[in-house]
Amino acid sequence: MIEIKISLVKNVLEANERIAAQNRQFFADKGVMAINMMSAPGAGKTTLIEDTIRSLKNELNIAVIEGDIQSTYDAEAISATGAQVVQINTGGACHLDANMINETLSQFDLNLVDLLIIENVGNLVCPAEFNLGEYCKVMLLSISEGDDKPLKYPVMFHEASVLLINKIDLLPYVDCSIEKIRQESLKINPDLTIFEISCKTRQGLNDWHDWLKALLLK
Amino acid sequence: MHELSIAQSIIEIVTQDMPKHNLTKVDTITLRIGEITQVMPDALLFGFECLSKDTSLDGTKLIIETVPVKGHCKTCGQDFVFEDWPYGCPECGQADIQIISGRELEIVEFEGS
Repeated sequence: MIEIKISLVKNVLEANERIAAQNRQFFADKGVMAINMMSAPGAGKTTLIEDTIRSLKNELNIAVIEGDIQSTYDAEAISATGAQVVQINTGGACHLDANMINETLSQFDLNLVDLLIIENVGNLVCPAEFNLGEYCKVMLLSISEGDDKPLKYPVMFHEASVLLINKIDLLPYVDCSIEKIRQESLKINPDLTIFEISCKTRQGLNDWHDWLKALLLK
Repeated sequence: MHELSIAQSIIEIVTQDMPKHNLTKVDTITLRIGEITQVMPDALLFGFECLSKDTSLDGTKLIIETVPVKGHCKTCGQDFVFEDWPYGCPECGQADIQIISGRELEIVEFEGS
């Protein structure tokens, strides 16, 4: 039997990239801005999304895709704000992929939606590798996670357009330097926009809202 | 990270391509994996071995070529090889580095009969 060699040079994640491009086109056709929100578990993604929906309800129509390994806790919390929400349970997968997003799109009425927030599975590693068709990636880091995270998980900090340093009201109680987070994040990604926020005291949230509103003018 | 789903993609890509070349058996698949892709080679080899059992790729060997991290400094224009994540230019110290290589995750070729 003749042994043959086939040259391929194919991106292993090509299938994901192809579906991400379809999603991106779909969002463009519907006039929806999609953002991919990523963080470790417990950094405060869902609380921030709930707060953002309530704060901007007279200005923006926001829909949400909730990604979790298990449970519908987050979708229930979002649903209570009155926003459209679809829960994806990955059943073990540590990140969302473009196909999972694609399969949820028929469950939304996106005609009146301005902003689609995709809350990824809580994880600082894998979500950074999978494009979903979003316009940009937004990352949360709560100060109780520690100021060493940018250098420990550089890929996510590199991929994000925005870093929200969350729970800054806890600063008196934890050993964390916000300045170190800023410096080391910018070392990885000099174009990163950084906001310091607290959903508890509402500090810094206006800047985040202004950034979102400016994004929608793009 | 997600080595199992990567192994599954490799199996799908290669098995879909095999009939085009009249291959019934694949001996080796060569991959090019960048050093900062967050893929663990051992976990990928193990995942591939498990998932390829009883498929047409049962017994196929994965050859992994690692690609070093190369960055281009947007400030001074120099290119460098980095041992780690490219934090800052070793020449001028500026942070604005464009990653040229090190994030590949590709099937380069496969061989069979």
